[in-house]
Amino acid sequence: MAAMVQIQDLRKVYDGGFEALKGVNLDIEEGEILALLGPNGAGKTTLISTICGITLPSSGSVTVGGYDILADYRKTRGLIGLVPQEINLEPFEYVRNTVAFSRGLFGKPRNDGRVEEILKKLSLWDKRDSKIMELSGGMRRRVLIAKALSHDPRVLFLDEPTAGVDVELRRDMWDIVAQLKADGVTIILTTHYIEEAEAIADRVGVISKGELLLVEDKSTLMTRMGRKELRVDLQDPLTALPDSLSDFDLALAEDGLSVTYAYDTAAERTGIARLVGAFSAEGIVIRDLQTSQSSLEDIFVTLVHKTEDAA
Amino acid sequence: MNTQAVLSIYRFEMARFFRTLAQSFISPVISTSLYFVVFGAAIGSRIAEVEGVSYGAFIVPGLIMLSVMTQAISNASFGIYFPKFIGTIYELLSAPVNFLEIVLGYVGAAATKALFIGVVILATSALFVDLQIAHPLAMIAFMVLTCISFSLFGFIIGIWARNFEQLQLIPLLVVTPLVFLGGSFYSISMLPPLWQTVTLFNPVVYLVSGFRWSFFGLADVPVGLSLLAILGFTALCLGIIWWIFRTGWRIRG
Ligand SMILES: Nc1ncnc2c1ncn2[C@@H]1O[C@H](COP(=O)(O)OP(=O)(O)OP(=O)(O)O)[C@@H](O)[C@H]1O
Ligand SMILES: [Mg+2]
Repeated sequence: MAAMVQIQDLRKVYDGGFEALKGVNLDIEEGEILALLGPNGAGKTTLISTICGITLPSSGSVTVGGYDILADYRKTRGLIGLVPQEINLEPFEYVRNTVAFSRGLFGKPRNDGRVEEILKKLSLWDKRDSKIMELSGGMRRRVLIAKALSHDPRVLFLDEPTAGVDVELRRDMWDIVAQLKADGVTIILTTHYIEEAEAIADRVGVISKGELLLVEDKSTLMTRMGRKELRVDLQDPLTALPDSLSDFDLALAEDGLSVTYAYDTAAERTGIARLVGAFSAEGIVIRDLQTSQSSLEDIFVTLVHKTEDAA
Repeated sequence: MNTQAVLSIYRFEMARFFRTLAQSFISPVISTSLYFVVFGAAIGSRIAEVEGVSYGAFIVPGLIMLSVMTQAISNASFGIYFPKFIGTIYELLSAPVNFLEIVLGYVGAAATKALFIGVVILATSALFVDLQIAHPLAMIAFMVLTCISFSLFGFIIGIWARNFEQLQLIPLLVVTPLVFLGGSFYSISMLPPLWQTVTLFNPVVYLVSGFRWSFFGLADVPVGLSLLAILGFTALCLGIIWWIFRTGWRIRG
């Protein structure tokens, strides 16, 4: 089956001449959760806005469910639900009405039962007859999600859904995302929280300065890009590392009681056995060994910096 | 056709109107009454009749036109400007709707409100003066067409405006003067010849004249020309809105 969302060489130049997307290619599979990571101004919102029809692409093409977003905009937009980054809501409107309004706007006939289900799922049922301005920030964000879900979309875009949200609501949000995924909804979310991408995404895309630097399976990404560290605890403190160990990438702790060795898991040999051998040849007694893997966050920072240095 | 969307927008816009129904009703009643007191008493005592019609009755069509035009513009311009201002327009832009459906919803609601005001003023006027309507169907047609075309015009202003000042600018600087100078409160034939010619460049003259004809059978310009003018204006506004949505001007970045 073709990808649910197919983005081909998508470029966006804003009116002022700023190129916010520089030829993005991306296929998003049906039913997956894709997390887009990237620093402020990377082009995440621009990418989403273009797919949803809020901004016009300068060139390139996008299809959703096999339909072109420009030629068949009714079909593609009907498939898409969007939770925008900013909390844009009419302050005087009532919760229930605004959700029903969204449903109608997307061409679905009135269905009070469905609206009720959605409000309950998002713990907003108690607030159904409140005005938006009477809600807290977290509740408003949930109203945005309820609006986006009101027409039962097959593709859901969540633009920083957990920005400024407390831990509990973030967990709720993750649960909601998991439920939607179970229903087969394709989900694209942007976030600045790497732990979020690690926790819920199937694939991770990294975008910076309008370019998609990589898209990969979360676990592959972490093993392929991941650097591991081996910490060697010593029996007796060392004042300096012996010269014979200089071809290893080692760092001696200040107290001289441990040495960290950084190595690449992708390399053919990790060099651990050789290192241990070199230690005993020097007569250094090893007390303990432990390894740790770098997180997505480290990977992300490395990637973005690498491209910044290259530029 | 996404009828659900049209109805949703229409209902949403009308809800705002119904929330302030008393206010929407009372203000035109009061302002109409004031016009009759001021214009009717002060000027009417000097001008008894215009072309055989009592001055009080003569100004009714102009009075209705003035309110209908300004109401249509302000309702429609605010209706589309507000979502732009608070950012809820994202939803409209990402919805499976075309320009016609958006226009039907917003402009339909604005025109309905303006029509309501027009009817209220007509009814209020009937309390002050003796009114006969010579061509009721033509009267309704002119009123409805004016509501629609000026709501379309207001919609364009709402999209064009980048701030609240601009939103007020066109109605204040262009529309109100044109309406006041458009023969709302006098007959063009009362002006010196040069001004009569100048006035013919004012589009509002054609609307007021046609509308007044439907009441009294009196017109400054041929009624066919009035009809043509208002249909032309409607078509022009529709064309501009179609272009706006095609190019995304000031709405789609
Ligand atoms: N309407 C606009 N006109 C001109 N430039 C714009 C416009 N919208 C965004 N940009 C620019 O495009 C770039 C990408 O913006 P975008 O909002 O897509 O970033 P983002 O990745 O969503 O950032 P953030 O994490 O801060 O939300 C930025 O440099 C921004 O200044
Ligand atoms: Mg953004």
